[in-house]
Amino acid sequence: MGYLIDEKARYTKTHEWVRLEGGEATVGISDYAQHGLSDVVFVELPAAGSALRKAKAFATVESVKAAEEVFSPITGTVTVVNAELSKSPELLNKAPFGAGWMLRAKPADAAELESLMDAKAYAAYLESL
Amino acid sequence: MSAALTTPLHAWHAAAGARMTEFGGWDMPLQYAAGPLEEHRRVRGSCGLFDISHMGRVRLQGRDATDFLQEIQSSDARRVPVHGAQYGLLCAPSGGILDDLFLYRLPDRWLLVVNASNRARDLDWMRSRIRGRDVVLEDVSAQSGMAALQGPASAAVLARASGMEKASLPYHTIHDLPVAGIPAHVIVGGYTGEPGFEILLPAGRLEEAWERILAAGEAVGILPCGLSARDTLRAEACLPLYGHEIDERTDPFSAGLGFAVAMDKPSFIGRESLERILRSAGSLGPGPDIEGGVQPRTPRRLAAFRMADPGVPRQGYAIRDGDREIGRVTTGLFSPSTEGYGGMGYVEPASAPAGSRIEVVIRDARKEARVVRRPLFRSPHLSR
Repeated sequence: MGYLIDEKARYTKTHEWVRLEGGEATVGISDYAQHGLSDVVFVELPAAGSALRKAKAFATVESVKAAEEVFSPITGTVTVVNAELSKSPELLNKAPFGAGWMLRAKPADAAELESLMDAKAYAAYLESL
Repeated sequence: MSAALTTPLHAWHAAAGARMTEFGGWDMPLQYAAGPLEEHRRVRGSCGLFDISHMGRVRLQGRDATDFLQEIQSSDARRVPVHGAQYGLLCAPSGGILDDLFLYRLPDRWLLVVNASNRARDLDWMRSRIRGRDVVLEDVSAQSGMAALQGPASAAVLARASGMEKASLPYHTIHDLPVAGIPAHVIVGGYTGEPGFEILLPAGRLEEAWERILAAGEAVGILPCGLSARDTLRAEACLPLYGHEIDERTDPFSAGLGFAVAMDKPSFIGRESLERILRSAGSLGPGPDIEGGVQPRTPRRLAAFRMADPGVPRQGYAIRDGDREIGRVTTGLFSPSTEGYGGMGYVEPASAPAGSRIEVVIRDARKEARVVRRPLFRSPHLSR
């Protein structure tokens, strides 16, 4: 199965991605993750200003059948969440690396991203599943 | 876990890339490539085709068949004309619901359609009550298959697949009609709240008919649909599902299924308990056991609700009125046809009228909801 992978993002084993742009991190779930979820009908996001802790749940994504937690790839502070997702949760399915982004955050330690898989490692990881 | 049963369309589903799930002991398609929301919308707007071969099918024959039906289920079978259909309930002596079923009357026999998950138990239970009567019960599930063609375009698609004039057959009837040249029984009805048909075919020819129907529906955008869409469609129509709205601890009146109980029949299993529940305006349900295991207990009523605060209710979530828990969610969903969140659940009678404010507890947060008249969505294509 071919899943989209964003070359510029770093990935967790639980299929979240993070992309660093000008000192700000953007966080979302991967194409593989949205495919596994099936049609997303609700996204519960934290408030701006909330603390993110690496590997801790920060959001809940509800598909037609189930509620799944989303785990933070980094430690940091939420600066803005994607308000479009409350009106159009299907953006998570349609554009997981684009319009379906979940939040932006100020990372506590940008070096933390180094411990995550890069696109090549994530592609190999998906192959192994 | 023992191996799941498979329908005659199992290989077709696999080739179509369906996502499969175990349901009632069967390996069934949950969704196809289009996804459950699109499948749902297609059924409301045009039509969809479902494999429902997992449903239990029981043939009932013999001189005493109608008398037998009068005893073992709640509706009045004598009122069903030949080629007619009727919804009924198998009740336990306690009045609790063992299963819901459809009775179809053919000239020389009855056909009963029961839930997949209850088929074995229903059969044992029915057989144990024959007691020397001239009744022959036969499980015909394995030798047949069943497909549901649902949606406003169904009649035109069925006519095209069968090379006949678009027939207008009355709702809740069964007919001996070939489909795509294959001998079949066509039931007018379904489980989506849309006009449509359920088609019984010989197991060996189901796939051929399935493909012919899909080809006939191509011009109107027919989609094969999975159990996920079937569930959201039936939930919007507020049709009960065993294990959610109804079970052995639920009585028909609390579930809003009093219409399926013929209290004017002199006797049927569960009648005495149901009489007592009606008289006391109580309910079956969880609570301290009374001698003999019979109610009345705290009354509760099945209600439909819409979320005022966004969020997806799920089965088992608490329903509150202020600081009191007044019930539990039985089914919750994002309703594609109303673009909102809602569901059904049991509540205390005081909160059952439309307009009542309730709260649904979603992940420890209380979300506001409003009780509404059932159903959550009424199809403009169904006149009844």
